[in-house]
Amino acid sequence: MSKHTVTITVNGEAHTREIDSRTLLVHFIREDLSLTGTHIGCDTTSCGACTVIMEGRSVKSCTVFAVTADGKEVETIEGMAQNGNLHPLQEGFWEKHGLQCGYCTPGMIMNAKYFLSKNPNPTEEEIRWGISGNLCRCTGYNKIVEAIQYAAEKLQEEG
Amino acid sequence: MIPGDFTYFAPGSVDEAVKLLVEHGFDAKILAGGQSLIPAMRFRLAIPEVIIDINGITDLSYVRQENGHLAIGAMTREVQVEESDAINGQYGLLTDAVAVIADPVVRNMATVGGNIAHADPANDHPAVMLAYDAEVVAVGPNGTRTIAIDDFFTGLFESALEENEILTEIRIPTPGANSGGAYQKIERKVGDYAISAVAVQLTMDGDTCSAARIALTNVSAVPMRATDAEAALIGKTISDDVLEAAGQAAAAECDPSPDLRGSIDYKRDLTRVLTKRTIRMAVDRAKG
Repeated sequence: MSKHTVTITVNGEAHTREIDSRTLLVHFIREDLSLTGTHIGCDTTSCGACTVIMEGRSVKSCTVFAVTADGKEVETIEGMAQNGNLHPLQEGFWEKHGLQCGYCTPGMIMNAKYFLSKNPNPTEEEIRWGISGNLCRCTGYNKIVEAIQYAAEKLQEEG
Repeated sequence: MIPGDFTYFAPGSVDEAVKLLVEHGFDAKILAGGQSLIPAMRFRLAIPEVIIDINGITDLSYVRQENGHLAIGAMTREVQVEESDAINGQYGLLTDAVAVIADPVVRNMATVGGNIAHADPANDHPAVMLAYDAEVVAVGPNGTRTIAIDDFFTGLFESALEENEILTEIRIPTPGANSGGAYQKIERKVGDYAISAVAVQLTMDGDTCSAARIALTNVSAVPMRATDAEAALIGKTISDDVLEAAGQAAAAECDPSPDLRGSIDYKRDLTRVLTKRTIRMAVDRAKG
């Protein structure tokens, strides 16, 4: 058994824990930190339900060892709303009905946040390619695309 | 699905990583982006006793134009290739490929070096690098050596890397004048492996193809060049008949396995069509 002490900053707060080397980042987030907004879907790097942002880029947290994330900054869905106000992406998913069962939503929103940070004014096609690593089995994606368009506009207005 | 237990090391330099490889040899696996290795560990298809995580070796992350070649550090993430200024419109084959590897989130972690070192015929970079006639740089206890890509892939998931060597860089020869390349892939959905994919890099002399390398993805047990297709193309004036001959040659020389993605006949025919399509695109780019 290989134990390691890691410090991972999640949503701005540093967390130090002793973990097994084989602990996956998604398990660290959900089980060690009790942040259960990040979901586990396929367990096979396919669905994107576990997407979080690490060091500014979206990653599938079921496919990163927590030890690799030692010393790094991670953002999860719990860090999106600030002072009780929804992030424009969360607001967009609300306003445009971007979810039905909601299982893919946290991963979808985190990847959309990364995507808009790279491409603040995307075309519809760019959005569809941008979220192509995140699967939704309810919406048919149209409402998700509209939610991201809503957020893109609002974020640009806010400057 | 939790991976099996392992002892973990995170070396800060290539030298340190090589020392660990020498010490642990066959029991150790290098962890690069982990987008193939970690799923394999979760399925218990791989149960390495030792993981040597090279994500901390940040000086292996670069894309730069050097004397006569494009140098890509092994730990360069696919997204960093997509974003690189060094590529500069000159590497159409590489640009095509990095846009269709896995999916955008996976590309944020997945590395060029890992994609090649894994030696999976379903991965995209093996065919790309075969078509480019690239070189692989490996560092081991006896120093650095370069391996021609034609000698690199030796079997299914097997490469010419010794068990105490680490892949550190890929060198793509800078394409000459009137050269062009392309990569075309058909997949059932984003993120799946290719049903078939074709990599082409060629040089034109007017309407005649003066040099060409063609390689195929996921239609053989070992990443392969389509040398019969190349022979059908080189020295020929491009025409529909020449393209069809090259496509048929590739379809005949590949060796696909039937699976959920299709039958042998389907994959051969798809390879024929993709070969024609990819050559045509490469020719258009070569003519600028």
